[in-house]
Amino acid sequence: MVMEGNLELKEIQILEGHTDRVWGLAWNPTTGVDGIPPMLASCGGDKTVRIWQQQASSGNWDCKVLEDIHTRTVRTCSWSQSGKFLATSSFDATTGIWENFGENFECVSTLEGHENEVKCVAWNSSGSLLATCSRDKSIWIWEVQPGNEFDCISVLQGHTQDIKMVQWHPSLDILVSVSYDNSIKVWEEDDDSDDWHCVQTLGESKCGHSSTVWGISFNVSGDKMATCSDDNTIKIWNTPTESTQTSPNGLGSWEHVSTLSGYHSRTVFSVDWSRDGIIASGGADDAICLFAKSAESLVDGPSYELVLKKEKAHDMDVNAVKWNPTVPRLLASASDDGTVKIWQLVRVYKCAQP
Amino acid sequence: MSSLGLINANPIIYEKQERRVRKPSSKDEEYTPNLIDQEEIFYHIRDIKDPEHPYTLEELKVVTEDDIEVNIEKNHVRVTFTPTVEHCSMATIIGLCLNVKLSKCLPSGFKVDIRVAPGSHATEAALNKQLNDKERVAAALENPNLVEMVDECLAASY
Repeated sequence: MVMEGNLELKEIQILEGHTDRVWGLAWNPTTGVDGIPPMLASCGGDKTVRIWQQQASSGNWDCKVLEDIHTRTVRTCSWSQSGKFLATSSFDATTGIWENFGENFECVSTLEGHENEVKCVAWNSSGSLLATCSRDKSIWIWEVQPGNEFDCISVLQGHTQDIKMVQWHPSLDILVSVSYDNSIKVWEEDDDSDDWHCVQTLGESKCGHSSTVWGISFNVSGDKMATCSDDNTIKIWNTPTESTQTSPNGLGSWEHVSTLSGYHSRTVFSVDWSRDGIIASGGADDAICLFAKSAESLVDGPSYELVLKKEKAHDMDVNAVKWNPTVPRLLASASDDGTVKIWQLVRVYKCAQP
Repeated sequence: MSSLGLINANPIIYEKQERRVRKPSSKDEEYTPNLIDQEEIFYHIRDIKDPEHPYTLEELKVVTEDDIEVNIEKNHVRVTFTPTVEHCSMATIIGLCLNVKLSKCLPSGFKVDIRVAPGSHATEAALNKQLNDKERVAAALENPNLVEMVDECLAASY
């Protein structure tokens, strides 16, 4: 008898409660370790944010509903590295800042300024800065001040259309934005002033996407990023880690490494790179795909291959996929079907008859 | 709505096709995928009222049964519509109406793509991109004025 092991994405929990599509989710980075059960925030078209946490004793999931702040869809949510704050971006043009008091959450600030829907909010790695982006084509950088004050220190213009997502580099204060204008832009702060400027634009001429770019995720070391698009592909980008003349911050120019196409049959809405190197993607074909670096490298760089495709992961579009940052191989997904699902990537052994 | 006058004051009105009596498949009922075909989709959208004129999309030949593509295996529908004039700014509204009506009438697993007939509109690519960006559609449908317009167009089609 031969034991064969195949990787499978096992559904371990469905979180139901949202009364409309779930657009975004985020794992609280300080949970899932030291005996603290994992905690997840989700947000959606029902204008609420839901905080889910598994009870250590029973294994059941509790749900706290944060409502009556946003007056329209809540599109994304993002935890600060300390786990103490949750930022939420909404179609009502505001960004909510919620403080985690343990037993409950309170909205301690509402950031205004964007002219219309705020599509994404993201904290930098140190928790000192927040970035928001909007259909108004701008990115706002906010500095966190004492007393839950947030000062806008810069407004970044450059994209020619709706900006879908912003993401900070895992260790440096470098921001990447992706847009309906089909491009990816990299932003850094000027050495000598508080101004931020675009240091690189990755468009179609640089092997970029041919339609709206919906998501971006850095790998754990920050020398690679994955982007996903309405062109049904996922693209991998690489930057040399040595400082070059392009950037004083220690990152060189980004270059296209690989395009993963033919795996999703419709728009890919979300991509997330795990700490152990697995890229998860979710899209309008209701599927979740997992990719990893191939064992054999090509002469001109690493190549990536499909690890598995979970068809019908949800009954409708998958809008967001996120790896748990502390519990290995634990994945969450959010869908138009109104649910959040928790998955475990496992190796299943079957006895095969010789 | 603009007070400057209709964009297309003299649209061509076509005769409605003969209608077969058919029982529409309900979303709630146990339903057979085989019932979803061009005729069924057309049944749901033919009586949507044009946003500007007191005529249906069928009467103005904005939608026809032939311009509906259904792929049952892939649970996919594509509707191509032809605005009455090339610069029709009502095209976005018509696209939204089609989107809303079909998402209400078809089972949730169905994927719907809406596009303007190639060559029928001055900003065809931009329009198609907008109509197929579900985030933009969702945000538009949170605008009470737009929702009111869409509801008015859809009212007679139920």
